[in-house]
Amino acid sequence: MKEKPDVLQGTLALMVLKTLELLGPQHGYGIARRIEQISGDLLDVNQGTLYPLLLKLEHEGSIASQWGASENNRRARFYRLTAAGRRQLQAETRDWEQTAAIIARFFKVKTEDLA
Amino acid sequence: MKFLRRFLIRLSNFAAKRSADQRLQEEIAEHLAFQTEENLRAGMSSAEARRQAALKLGSAEAIREHHHAEQSLPFFENLLFDLRYAVRMLVRSPGFSFIAIATMALGVGATTAIYSVIDATLLHPLPYPNPAELVRIQDDLSGVGAHNVGISVPEWRDLQSSGIFQSVSVSGTGADVNLTGSEQPERLSYKHVTPNYFAVLGVDAQLGRTFDPHDATPGFNLEAVISDEVWRREFGADPHIVGKALRLDNDDYHVVGVMPRGFRDLGSTSEERKTETWLAAGMAGLPFPPPLRGTRQQGRAVARLKPGLSIAAAQGHLDALVESLKKQYPAEYPAQAAWTVRLSPLSESVVGSVRQSLILLFGAVGLVLLISCVNVANLLLARASVRGREVAVRQALGAQRTRLIRQFLTESLLLFLLGGIAGFAILFFTRKFLLGLIPESLPHLSDITINWGVLGFALAVSVAAGTVFGLAPAWLMSRSDLIGTLRQEGRGSIGSLGRSRARQILVISELALSLVLMVAAGLLLRSFWDLFKVQPGFNPDRVMAIQTWLPGPNDPSADIYRSATQESVLLREILRRSRTLPGVEEAGLGDVASLPLGHSHPSQLPLIREGIETMDNEAPVIDGPIVSPEYFHLLGMPLLRGRLFNDQDLEDTPQVAVINQAAARTYWPNQDPLGKRVLLRLDSRETLSSAKPAWTMIVGVIADARTESLADLAIPQIYRSVYQRPIKDLAIFLRGQLDPIAISAQVRKQVQSIDPELPVFHAVTLDDVLSTSLAVRRFSMEMVAFFAATALVLAGLGIYGTISFVVNEQRREIAIRLALGAQRGNILKMVLRRGLGLSAAGAGLGVAGALIVSHLMAGLLYGVSPTDLPIFAGVTLVLTTVALAASYIPALRAMRLDPITTLHSE
Repeated sequence: MKEKPDVLQGTLALMVLKTLELLGPQHGYGIARRIEQISGDLLDVNQGTLYPLLLKLEHEGSIASQWGASENNRRARFYRLTAAGRRQLQAETRDWEQTAAIIARFFKVKTEDLA
Repeated sequence: MKFLRRFLIRLSNFAAKRSADQRLQEEIAEHLAFQTEENLRAGMSSAEARRQAALKLGSAEAIREHHHAEQSLPFFENLLFDLRYAVRMLVRSPGFSFIAIATMALGVGATTAIYSVIDATLLHPLPYPNPAELVRIQDDLSGVGAHNVGISVPEWRDLQSSGIFQSVSVSGTGADVNLTGSEQPERLSYKHVTPNYFAVLGVDAQLGRTFDPHDATPGFNLEAVISDEVWRREFGADPHIVGKALRLDNDDYHVVGVMPRGFRDLGSTSEERKTETWLAAGMAGLPFPPPLRGTRQQGRAVARLKPGLSIAAAQGHLDALVESLKKQYPAEYPAQAAWTVRLSPLSESVVGSVRQSLILLFGAVGLVLLISCVNVANLLLARASVRGREVAVRQALGAQRTRLIRQFLTESLLLFLLGGIAGFAILFFTRKFLLGLIPESLPHLSDITINWGVLGFALAVSVAAGTVFGLAPAWLMSRSDLIGTLRQEGRGSIGSLGRSRARQILVISELALSLVLMVAAGLLLRSFWDLFKVQPGFNPDRVMAIQTWLPGPNDPSADIYRSATQESVLLREILRRSRTLPGVEEAGLGDVASLPLGHSHPSQLPLIREGIETMDNEAPVIDGPIVSPEYFHLLGMPLLRGRLFNDQDLEDTPQVAVINQAAARTYWPNQDPLGKRVLLRLDSRETLSSAKPAWTMIVGVIADARTESLADLAIPQIYRSVYQRPIKDLAIFLRGQLDPIAISAQVRKQVQSIDPELPVFHAVTLDDVLSTSLAVRRFSMEMVAFFAATALVLAGLGIYGTISFVVNEQRREIAIRLALGAQRGNILKMVLRRGLGLSAAGAGLGVAGALIVSHLMAGLLYGVSPTDLPIFAGVTLVLTTVALAASYIPALRAMRLDPITTLHSE
């Protein structure tokens, strides 16, 4: 079994936050499903690992949760982004874009540009 | 912030045992249901759909564990589990737990007790702000072998303006003064100090003020600062005390301030630190000698360095100053005298002589602690073998090694901490009794407290010891051979090789450490015994000394006891009346310096020999007690040559002196000292009689006596007659069948019927003085002996335990040997040889250690060499005997083993 890349692992929290921002309150399965759809096979996460992470984010105050009824009328735990979570997401998005831009620039540079 | 929030929520979940498991279970069930539906829609069979959903989710147990770890604090949870388990283990084997806890209580309790003494003395010797800035200044004339000769007023002024110090103060070392006008004449201890004294110490008055540091009165400025104790005792804590008059030695002072309660003055004796009154003086006008460069004050110079200046740097500046002063005043500082000024941290001179004894005690108690720890570690290892199976089973079930070590460490830490707390508790509740054991002469005795710092020390020691000595057994315990242990069908009795080697090393080190302690104790015991048995050279038997103090007003003409002739009337009357007291056979007089072993500051005088020294600051210094003619006979100090004082030696006849053999040997080697003439200048009493000092002739030589210190035989002394030299600090010596309780009142009545202004105090028997002078030595000897005995018992227990264990381990082998026809005597020998081997190794190591330690403590020994063969041999013999005796019991058990039952039971 191939190890998942660390960068992707570390950004799982970011993905959760982004998903909640886009889709509004979601239950665990919904979040997992969404991440899977977007990242495809690249991010072969055991869906179960999501739950400890959700608890951690909740403890940190970025998300909140409560029981509710799902689309097919079953009891499910719904997670939603809090104001603090929204701020965190914005900050992390900015950081992430900055990092990505720098790396992208590095890759673009050719030998003759440096001459 | 985020992290803190998360931590607090987890902590509260942990504390409230709030679980999120139920919620997770529901969520997972939900999740699986969603996924299964999805899979069914994709066309899977229902069984396959469920299977794929579960696969995709991952291991539910692992998720639960992670989830739980996120919800709570697993570290603390595990600690709690371990603690609960450890407590159960302790309760399950109460005997083991009791012995381990008691051993640690002994070790930690004893160490903490000595620490509390050291905390008050060595660690916090100066109860003043910024103590590191305080230095003592000492003048040496090393060219003539004179040290700490005192500082002269011009030198003091030079230092003040040198820029090295914030301020330099000079003070007397303490003396007595009579407080009259109250119901009973009282004697107060006072110190004369320069007005900046309190500014140097950095302490202010609680009421009123201290002296003005810029006061420039040459003599006494007639201001007094009193201690809180005097304020309460003599003045009933009068809030309007400031400005009131205080009649001291017939001079009227007025109180300007009261020092705060608990203020302790400088000084190395408790007497001196209990100074009750401070009088400010410029030390340059009457009654002080004129401020000449060569006239040195017999006192103590203490200064506060400029902030940030190190002592070494200050000493550098000071050396330069001294050099330039020597050039400026070549006549006052002749090259051969080699005048130097030395700075030392004030804290050192305050603790002084007991430092070594205390460090020795701390070392000894540290060894006891070490032995206790080793013993407990040994016990833990012994138990490890019993619990081998438990460990193996847990490992087989998948327990991680770190987890096992953590659990064993928790157990040993719990044991050590309980021991430490028990030791501290015992110490706390017996503190009154224990403080009573400490000799009163120990400095800072009253500052010794069992405080939070001491508790912190006890806990820190317990935790450190528990970690260090718990880690090795924990490590060894967790390393058990899984298959081997389990295969032994549940007995689990055969320990690993590493474990039994560890136990042997522990026992050997225990034996070695206790040998070191016993040698130290033996050497101290010999020293003490030799000192105790030493011939002091005087006979203290049935002699009592009672002190009085003649007032010395600042204006000499107001002094009714100004000259020896004036004083002799009083003295002869005191002697005559004393002889009439019941039981008195002989009476004599002297000053405090003549009190054998009973004074802390010998009055040292420069000895200027006719034709040898020409200046008093080149002269060696000598102790110069002043006594009445009866003194020598009363104390049984025999005359060797010449004559003693007689009634014809008076103020107007030629001055005479009697010296001891040591003085004769030192200052007139290979010459007849009789008839030689000397000057003893710098005598503070000199200024009271303005007449120019005449030569003093030596008329007699007496045998040496250990009047300064029992450990020092030959300290030169020059005695002069009280009828030629007036004294203020009078000691009345009485020999006979005296009633120590009544005598004080009897003497007071007689003395005050001559002069009602005279206080009478401090009645002591010389036997008491003698034993008090040995008190610190006796104390450290007793303590070290106690520690050594403890160490011996612990080491004996240690070797007993180890040999029993070895026998138990080998009982199968022994049984087989016996079954095959081995002689029982051989079995006994085999086991004993084991014990002997251990004790030989321990003794060898111990002797090496003891040699190092005994040389380090050579300064505390008297009359015994640090390599004293009988003590080393005796101690080794005792230790080996104890070790053999301790091995004998298990050896007997081995010999009496019944091969049939043993082999059957295995």
